Amino acid sequence: MISLYKVSYKNLLRKKTRSILTIIGIALSAWVLASLMGFNQGYEAALNRDIDNMGFQVTLMAKGCPYEAATLMLKGGTGLRYLKQSVADSVLSEEEVEKITPMLMQAVFDPNKGESGGMSAYLGVDPATFPSMKTFLEFKQGKWFTDSKAFEAVMGYEAAELEQREVGDKLLIPEKDIELTVVGVLKRTGTQDDGTIFLPISAVQKIFGKEGEITSVGIKVKKEANIAKFEERLYNIPDVQVVSLAQVKQTIMNLVSTAKVMVFSIAVIAILIAMVGVINTILMSVFERFQEIGILKSIGAMPADIFKLIWMETLILCFFGGVTGSAMAFGLSKLTEVLIRKLLPYAPTGSLVQLDAKLVITTLIAVLIIGLVSGIYPAWRAASVRPLESIRSEAN
Amino acid sequence: MNEVAITAQNLRKTYRRGSEEICAVNDISLDIEKGEYVSFIGPSGSGKTTLINILGCLDNPSSGKLSVARKTVFGNGKPLSEKELTVIRRELFGYIFQKFYLIPTLTVLENVLLPRTFYKKPSANENVSELLNMLGIEKRKHHLPGQLSGGEMQRVAVARALINKPEILLADEPTGNLDSARSQEIGKLLNELNQKESLTVILVTHNPELAKTADRIIELRDGKIFS
Repeated sequence: MISLYKVSYKNLLRKKTRSILTIIGIALSAWVLASLMGFNQGYEAALNRDIDNMGFQVTLMAKGCPYEAATLMLKGGTGLRYLKQSVADSVLSEEEVEKITPMLMQAVFDPNKGESGGMSAYLGVDPATFPSMKTFLEFKQGKWFTDSKAFEAVMGYEAAELEQREVGDKLLIPEKDIELTVVGVLKRTGTQDDGTIFLPISAVQKIFGKEGEITSVGIKVKKEANIAKFEERLYNIPDVQVVSLAQVKQTIMNLVSTAKVMVFSIAVIAILIAMVGVINTILMSVFERFQEIGILKSIGAMPADIFKLIWMETLILCFFGGVTGSAMAFGLSKLTEVLIRKLLPYAPTGSLVQLDAKLVITTLIAVLIIGLVSGIYPAWRAASVRPLESIRSEAN
Repeated sequence: MNEVAITAQNLRKTYRRGSEEICAVNDISLDIEKGEYVSFIGPSGSGKTTLINILGCLDNPSSGKLSVARKTVFGNGKPLSEKELTVIRRELFGYIFQKFYLIPTLTVLENVLLPRTFYKKPSANENVSELLNMLGIEKRKHHLPGQLSGGEMQRVAVARALINKPEILLADEPTGNLDSARSQEIGKLLNELNQKESLTVILVTHNPELAKTADRIIELRDGKIFS
């Protein structure tokens, strides 16, 4: 006994190059599909992680563009506006507030950074409040500052790697000619904190001549508090921009939706091309085997048997294409991530493309459904072949 | 009197080619007995292939009546559907053709077993090796068709036609692609199948030597039985 699967599989071996090319076409569309779905679940998760790792739900900063504010909040920025430190004190008196932490971001050009120089960012934080709001930060070496006014630095993991500094080393602030002592190096967090150099806020204010000024205030709201109502009150403070994490997330998701539409369009086009490729391959195969299909019917195959035979060929192509495409999605996820990052206006830290077994199974099912749909017409054409027609064509 | 395998009464098959009506089979009546070996000869266009297609339930006649194994196949007023014809074909007939139509990627054994993928007749012989031995292709069963000679390929096609133990074997120009030595081999084989297995054999051929291996020769001309 020979199974229908074996007959189908061996039929595909007749034109190996054509079958392989079709499988590659399907694999490419499966790759795009898996990566798109991986991106859909990965991006939001990465964004949520970034936001959770900030340690506070609301940030106050000087009035300006909300997008710039959002970027500043998540990535740091240089087009800085300043608030008076007294704003932080007034916010602390609000009943909804659990904790606040003022921050002062400063950046200078470092000619020794990279090949042609680059910006070095210093974040002044309050040693009394910042560590308690960022409890997830762990030290690889050392600890937080010894004194709230000390010229000391705690370096994020990547910043320390880049500057090749360890605890006890000195760190020079370019332009200011001031040396800091590195007192701590953080473990990797997968967030923007990895690239940040933390200093006591009063030290930053003194070094950069910004006494009494801050760039933002991080606010941790009490669990039971009504954030919306609290934000409304914050808006009454003059010249203050209130950025809540919910707003930030929504703003970024709005920006990203355009990129998602682009990626989705590419996926749809890839799927359509793959479908046309499958239909073309199977249909050509059916036309080439016109007489043979007639003979199969004369030796006992029902139209349904022929339909199944051809459908099986489509499914085999799609299965191998789907598996290859899923493997490509896994193997090339780093490359996919690089490509997607280029399309995005803002990319959170951490993995943007999250692939798992559920997603692979979903991709395979989707590709098999595409195969089933693509195979209908060629299978129907084959099932409609009458043995007599093939015998007549033999006589011709 | 022997049992009748096929009874045809006033079979007629006409085609339209533009405004012209062509009568390929013109009022043919005949009986073929069970276990008989009949060959149809005649020039091209004499209607022998059209007739064998109707007798083999590959085509519906335009009019007339056809019974196979005492079952009326045509003549009940309406033509049979492709599905109904398939059911009759796989129960009663085995076919061999001028081109062998073996699947090139399947081995000899797989090609022979192919009909059983679609249907297995309860009375079919379980012992495939016996069949391959009888046809002299047992040693070649794991070879691909491309590795066989023309005569061997036709033997594989015969084995495929016999795997479901048909009652009637239809052979349409089975030696058309073979040299004279291989043609004689196939003629001898058909004769043996008829004699030893009591198989009803219906042969269409241009080859007078091959036709002579049959019990009865029917000559067709212009769609009619000439002699």
